[in-house]
Amino acid sequence: MAKDRRDFLGMVFGGFAGLGGLAALYAMKRTWDPLPSVMAAGFTTVDLSPMKPGELRTVTWRGKPIFILKKPPMDNCKTIPDEPKKRLVKVGDSDYLVMIGLCTHLGCIPTWEPDKKIFHCACHGGEYDACGVNTFGPPPRPMDIPPFKIEGTKLVLGEEGPEYKKLVGKA
Amino acid sequence: MAHFTKANSVYDWLDQRLALTKLWKVLAAEYWIPKNINFLWAMGVVLMTMFTILVISGIFLLMYYKPDTKLAFDSVNYTIMQEVWFGWLWRHMHAVAASVVFLVIYIHMFTGIYYASYKRGREMIWISGMLLFVTFSAEAFSGYMLPWGQMSYWAAQVITNLFGGIPFIGDELVIWIRGNFYVSDPTLTRFFMLHVFLLPIIIMMLIGFHFYTLRIPHVNNQDGEDIDFDAEAEKYKAGLKKESKVIPFWPVFLSKDFFVLSVFMIFYFYLVFYHYDFAMDPINFDPADPMKTPPHIYPEWYFLWSYEVLRGFFFDVGPLSAMDMGLIAFGIANIIFFFLPWFDKDPTVAPADRRGGFFFWFWLMVIDMIVLTIWGKLPPTGINAYIGYLAAVGFLALWAALPALTGGRKGLLWLVILVTALLYIFGYMEYTKALGNGFVITVTFLIFYLLFFLSPVMVKAKGGAQ
Amino acid sequence: MNKELKILAIIVILVGITYWGIEPYAHSKMHPHHEPATFKYEDLKALNLKGDPQRGAQAIQNNGCTGCHSIKAAGIPAPMDPVSASASYGVNPPDLSNIAAVVDKKFLANFIKHPVKAAKLEHKFGSSKPYPMPDFFGSDQDLADIVAYLESIAKPQDPRGAFKVACGRCHDLRYDGWTVIGQKPKFKNEIEKAEFELKKAKYEANLKNYLGTTPPDLSMYIRSRGPEYIRDFVEDPQKLLHGTAMPRVGLTEAATEEVIKHLEHVGDRKKEKRDHLGIWVLAYFVILSVLAYLWKEKIWREVH
Ligand code: HEM
Ligand code: FES
Repeated sequence: MAKDRRDFLGMVFGGFAGLGGLAALYAMKRTWDPLPSVMAAGFTTVDLSPMKPGELRTVTWRGKPIFILKKPPMDNCKTIPDEPKKRLVKVGDSDYLVMIGLCTHLGCIPTWEPDKKIFHCACHGGEYDACGVNTFGPPPRPMDIPPFKIEGTKLVLGEEGPEYKKLVGKA
Repeated sequence: MAHFTKANSVYDWLDQRLALTKLWKVLAAEYWIPKNINFLWAMGVVLMTMFTILVISGIFLLMYYKPDTKLAFDSVNYTIMQEVWFGWLWRHMHAVAASVVFLVIYIHMFTGIYYASYKRGREMIWISGMLLFVTFSAEAFSGYMLPWGQMSYWAAQVITNLFGGIPFIGDELVIWIRGNFYVSDPTLTRFFMLHVFLLPIIIMMLIGFHFYTLRIPHVNNQDGEDIDFDAEAEKYKAGLKKESKVIPFWPVFLSKDFFVLSVFMIFYFYLVFYHYDFAMDPINFDPADPMKTPPHIYPEWYFLWSYEVLRGFFFDVGPLSAMDMGLIAFGIANIIFFFLPWFDKDPTVAPADRRGGFFFWFWLMVIDMIVLTIWGKLPPTGINAYIGYLAAVGFLALWAALPALTGGRKGLLWLVILVTALLYIFGYMEYTKALGNGFVITVTFLIFYLLFFLSPVMVKAKGGAQ
Repeated sequence: MNKELKILAIIVILVGITYWGIEPYAHSKMHPHHEPATFKYEDLKALNLKGDPQRGAQAIQNNGCTGCHSIKAAGIPAPMDPVSASASYGVNPPDLSNIAAVVDKKFLANFIKHPVKAAKLEHKFGSSKPYPMPDFFGSDQDLADIVAYLESIAKPQDPRGAFKVACGRCHDLRYDGWTVIGQKPKFKNEIEKAEFELKKAKYEANLKNYLGTTPPDLSMYIRSRGPEYIRDFVEDPQKLLHGTAMPRVGLTEAATEEVIKHLEHVGDRKKEKRDHLGIWVLAYFVILSVLAYLWKEKIWREVH
């Protein structure tokens, strides 16, 4: 009887001590979490109104380059007939191409070659057409589209707006 | 209470309180090692020395290193390399030791595999050694980030990204590890903490544990002979030194180790002074730039083989993308050596050249890992992609074949070989684009993995219980 | 013992193969081979006229060179400070006093005549975006005279000087206190410092606008690229990095060596110490190995 109670107490003690350990673990996990200021900086707002057609703009969002191209030269988007149109976003009265400027092969940053109207990745020679669809070399898929939301003529990167959901088929 | 007498010397005074004589006997003078060994048995002491060098040089680097993305590069490349007296020496010693320590670890590991020193009571030695290998890898990875050069940055970016492949939590896990959406200041400071404090402490504890695991089974010898250590030790102590099969750790074993170590140091310091490029990649002397990728991204040489297992899968299989296939294989490659004692179904402890088929298995494994290492660095274009695939599948296939090979199950062995051959053929068809993500290839991979996971469980150890 | 040597040989061979694969072989695959620099500038035509320095001094005045360039050696000051000059031209036009000390004579003549072609920047500049320095429309004799004049005033340059003249208007060298607008001075107060930083920032912005990218700081280039690459790159940047904004600057072989010497000093100033100490340390371990061997033999004689 007395022995049982001692064991019970021992278990209560052990359990309670374990609870404290869990709480401490939680604190440690939280300390590793990104800071609130870092999370808040995860959104980038770009005003698209001053852009010129055919002009490529590179902005950074979460440390990644984002390519924005107003009215991409569509004649050089011939790979998949429907694909290019699906990749365009309408903001105001123009179409824009918005995508993460990282090669889908191994993550190099492709360069836009305005005269050839292609994106060229110097790392392993990958190429993308003016709509960011892979046309040559090792890249396995078109350049990715970052989550965005449209607010008037502004583009907010990092938030999933209805246009984004429609684009990637999440709606 | 113990009985203390008036001490007749400082040593005696200490001995009464700390039992120094007894301690020395237990740890060194009467710690018995087989006589029948070669210089490969000196690698442990070489490793211990390399780790000591890393700690000492690391301490001096710490005096001027600044873990801040704005300051790190210059603190290393200007302050330490060009201003601090002998700062360049500590840095070169640290970087080169970090690299050659892996060379020695691999030699040490493969010595263990060759002489079958991972079974019949030596399993814990093997497991603690593998734990050391994994923590050393983490230590080296975190250290490579510190100088904040281009390769530091991009290797960190690519490697942390791999965690994104874990289902469901992947994306958030990556952000959690980095402390930001991309590798940046919080990433550097937390990896700095890991590198200079937490991981070294864990390594030190693991080294202690590794030594402890040696106590009861003792080290193996060149013939895998089962020695009666107590009887042989008595012989030695009775003065029959030539007849005894054992030698004490101090001074006999260590005298040989010191010789091997001294020769190794010539090699090591030659690298430190005149040939450090392989350990300190020139690209890493460009400061990190998140907006500019270096044309070739590759990890340090000692990670190349597992990196190539990751890259080797260049086509989608059924619902799994090439990347997923690579990640699965990569995950397996990183832990599979832990399970060697259970993949090997043959209880004999003997060098590989006396174990029949295992001899070929050993050398195929060595060759395969060398191929993986070399192709891990070559650009993955053209035929390199297929060679990488051959070597990556080959790596897994060698493991899948091991239980059948050592358990004497010929039929199963042939099955594994057949399935592997099919995978090679299908891979070639994928490579020449003759085959597009077929059903057959998915099924073949399924069978392959079934064989991989089931044979170590199903095949019985030869000669009964293990 | 024989067996141990055999094991050692196997390890050495395997390590050697692996090393060869991941270093020389892999690097030869990653960095395609290129012909080493000759510094002959064979694509340019030599000017086979003898120039007269005196007439050259006159020609420089007549052709308006000093409207943009200073010639401090001749007491001709710069028309603008570096920052305003960079605002007008993109980059501060060089002082001409010591140009001929680092630039190849043939290249110099060709550059004056037709800068974009000599610099190999046709892909960057043309009628739509004119190069800041206009082509030269004078006679070939004038050209020869100007080159002769520039040669007559040029003083031999030490490594640092060669770097400044050849690279210093576009590249920082922060480990030597060098910035694109000159040596960083000792600041008396925060205002001076802020003013300097502002000037530097403005200059850099203009430079970026002009070239499309900010030229990198070269402090560690001796370690990141190595002397051979720098040598070949300087001789013909387009050959090694197609499409780069860096002009061919036409250095002589000797001047290139001086520049490299400076980069070696700035980026790796402990190299000599390293090379020197290395010998002693290696000798130490050779002796230690011999002693260790003798001791080991003595001890093992008892047990064998
Ligand atoms: C298993 C042991 C260790 C390994 C494998 C290792 C590995 C590395 C590597 C690969 C680097 C980058 C080298 C370079 O490019 O310069 C590095 C840097 C560094 N390590 Fe370690 N290290 C180890 C132990 C330690 C310890 C114990 C400390 C401190 C107590 C330390 C302190 C540092 C510091 C301050 C740097 C940055 C300076 C530099 O990059 O040269 N390391 N380490
Ligand atoms: S990373 Fe772009 S082609 Fe390989």
